Amino acid sequence: MSLEDLRERVREAAGRGQALCIRGGGSKDFYGNAPRGEVLDTRGYAGVVSYEPTELVITARCGTSLLEIQDLLEKQNQVLPFEPPHFGAGATLGGCVAAGLSGPRRASAGAVRDAVLGARLVDGRGQLLSFGGQVMKNVAGYDVSRLLAGSLGTLGLIAEVSLKLLPRPAAERTLRFEMTQAKALESLNRWAGQPLPVSASAWCEGRLALRLSGAESALRAAARKLGGKDVAAEEAARFWAGVREHTDPFFAGEAPLWRLSLPSGAGGVALEGAQLLEWGGALRWLRTGADAGQVRAAAARAGGHATLFRARDKSAGAFAPLPPLLARLHRDLKRSFDPAGIFNPGRLYAEF
Amino acid sequence: MGSALPQVDPLLQERVSRKLREFLPERAVLWQPEDTRPYECDGLTAYRRVPMVVALPETEEQVQRILRTCHGMDVPVVPRGAGTGLSGGALPPGDGVLLSMAKFMRVLRLDPVARIAVVQPGVRNAAISDVVSPFGLYYAPDPSSQIACSIGGNVAENSGGVHCLKYGLTVHNVLRVRGYTIEGEPVDFGSEALDAPGYDLLALAIGSEGLLAVTTEVTVRLLPKPETARVIMASFDDVEKAGEAVAAVIAAGIVPAGLEMMDKPATAAVEQFVHAGYDLEAAAILLCESDGTAEEVEEEIARVKEVLARAGATRLAVSRDDAERLRFWSGRKAAFPAVGRISPDYYCMDGTIPKRRLGEVLNFIGALEKKYGLRCPNVFHAGDGNLHPLILFDANSADELKRTEAFAAEVLEKCVEVGGTITGEHGVGVEKIDQMCVQFTAAELEMFRAVKRVFDAKGLLNPGKAVPTLHRCAEFGRMHVKSGTPPRPELPRF
Repeated sequence: MSLEDLRERVREAAGRGQALCIRGGGSKDFYGNAPRGEVLDTRGYAGVVSYEPTELVITARCGTSLLEIQDLLEKQNQVLPFEPPHFGAGATLGGCVAAGLSGPRRASAGAVRDAVLGARLVDGRGQLLSFGGQVMKNVAGYDVSRLLAGSLGTLGLIAEVSLKLLPRPAAERTLRFEMTQAKALESLNRWAGQPLPVSASAWCEGRLALRLSGAESALRAAARKLGGKDVAAEEAARFWAGVREHTDPFFAGEAPLWRLSLPSGAGGVALEGAQLLEWGGALRWLRTGADAGQVRAAAARAGGHATLFRARDKSAGAFAPLPPLLARLHRDLKRSFDPAGIFNPGRLYAEF
Repeated sequence: MGSALPQVDPLLQERVSRKLREFLPERAVLWQPEDTRPYECDGLTAYRRVPMVVALPETEEQVQRILRTCHGMDVPVVPRGAGTGLSGGALPPGDGVLLSMAKFMRVLRLDPVARIAVVQPGVRNAAISDVVSPFGLYYAPDPSSQIACSIGGNVAENSGGVHCLKYGLTVHNVLRVRGYTIEGEPVDFGSEALDAPGYDLLALAIGSEGLLAVTTEVTVRLLPKPETARVIMASFDDVEKAGEAVAAVIAAGIVPAGLEMMDKPATAAVEQFVHAGYDLEAAAILLCESDGTAEEVEEEIARVKEVLARAGATRLAVSRDDAERLRFWSGRKAAFPAVGRISPDYYCMDGTIPKRRLGEVLNFIGALEKKYGLRCPNVFHAGDGNLHPLILFDANSADELKRTEAFAAEVLEKCVEVGGTITGEHGVGVEKIDQMCVQFTAAELEMFRAVKRVFDAKGLLNPGKAVPTLHRCAEFGRMHVKSGTPPRPELPRF
């Protein structure tokens, strides 16, 4: 499939006012509001465009398998800094950026948007537009490429993306502690204020796991300071993969899964249901049947927002409603990029 | 460039001043030339224009009313922070209001546990780190002007610094920006959490050069101060070898806290100024900083030394203590003022290129020095590919000024040609607005204009900056062909 094919498909759909559901491997079909429209499969537009390890940058087409990219980077001892979740087989780069979801390393190494350096976009008129580039620093024009991260494909078809990379940490080590949620939140915030090589954290049911990444000598010194019990490397790798991919037992079962994004300093959120904390307390997964309004109000009181991540019934809307001015800005931005409203309608917010 | 002094319309000036005086104290509305002249330029002094009116609000409510008033009267508004910008982003409007945020100097909230600070836009970059220092924290982005530049301006320009390879730019270190639209409506981009629902408008607002909203509050993320830091100073007898050494450091899996390069003429200029003991024989000097725990730094410094030696460094020195580390850095941090001492004027460029094209671009600049008969020392954020060639000229000579402009235009366009950008951290402002027509297609520029209209339908906020009009690009295209500046077929393309 060529770029021209994709553009033609978009132009044709725009002409008919036909909604398009931009889709790679479909691993994130569950995310956001229900997908609608004719499927535009991006997997035919795949391949790494350029990869220069000494530039710490990779550029690839949207349909490229995320796994393939990670394998390629691994050979050069490099990683995607944000440790993206795949959520199933067949995840693509385009889907990864459009969903904007980051994994356990997010609190220390940044999110998808932080790694995005540039993108080529097919807009709702079928125009090919390039924003940003392949360099670390670039302030020419508005930062539209970062805006695309997490836009769920509603602004256009993300055809190609350039991402900043990091070297793979020289060593990793996972420590485990027994502590209450309150104690874990207090400890995580205190540690984050110290120069410690913490690269991931997860607390659930009285157990806190802490991952350290960096030079071997630094990990030894940090582990001495922190205490805790060492977790065997293989078990640790399995554990972090389970947290990242939601295959950990916490995520099993039918209860709705909420994602609460809060200031890390926010105390415990008193809502019924089980919680799993990540990102030093800034990300809280919640399994609850509680009313959506109640969950969202609690998140807002704590200074953050709540996303209905996985649930059979998303009639409450997947994402927290926006205040009127922000909603207006969203609608108008959407209209600027996609005048006919054909890209993933309703996926982010019902009104567009 | 130029210092056009458009005649201010006295009737409009009177009308606007009177309206603003309805809610602002007398001292907060300036219109007499002796009061407004200090605002005629920012850090890019080649462009000057005396503003029609200067407003100096002290409260958010006043900002809101100024914006509502101007919006109602169709009067342009140009926000200004500390005025240290290097692209003319705060060049005042001759027919509008310069909105100085200088009085917004308070730290509103400091939460050392959550590691955030909420500050007003006029707070200086370095002052944030000073205030949070007792808690073992700091604000990472450190533009060279950090003792003077304000955080509001940093947000407008998405400022970087010498440590941004490892710690990121402003966009990576700001959690939330509160501002007002041109219609005077308050808006929050981002939040104190790590993300916000919907589009990432925070990313759009940061680096928008004051075209989308007026910033009134910034929530920054603070980091723990590294336990220790040391810097290696390495000499190379060839600039390209130094460039390859940079690639070798990255290839070895090391992301240094800072990785900077100065060429021989730049080194000579700064050595005269700071007497840091730089190697004046070297064709290029690399400064490579490692920070972290004592163990990490020791390990990393040893590895970097080995890589640099293998890459052909002719001299290597490692800072023994913090005083020496700061001395090694002093010249790099003072590069602009140092160059200012050896030339009546200098013109600083800000292109970013893929690092592997460094040799080619430096050779290209060398050829332009001969072509235009102007010297051009180079300082370079080597780790992230951000070049700061400094063209030396005398602004009193109209001809030198013209040659400088043509020189700079060729360099910026070369940056685009090799896959880079015309500006890495200084912004487009008025200075590089023509080169935007080179870097972006008509459709891309139109999309930028559409984004602008979403926030500011009348185009009143900082007009004429950052994004060129269709007309301007058409004009530029015509001039470009006429004057015979690039693409220049007669020039070797290395």
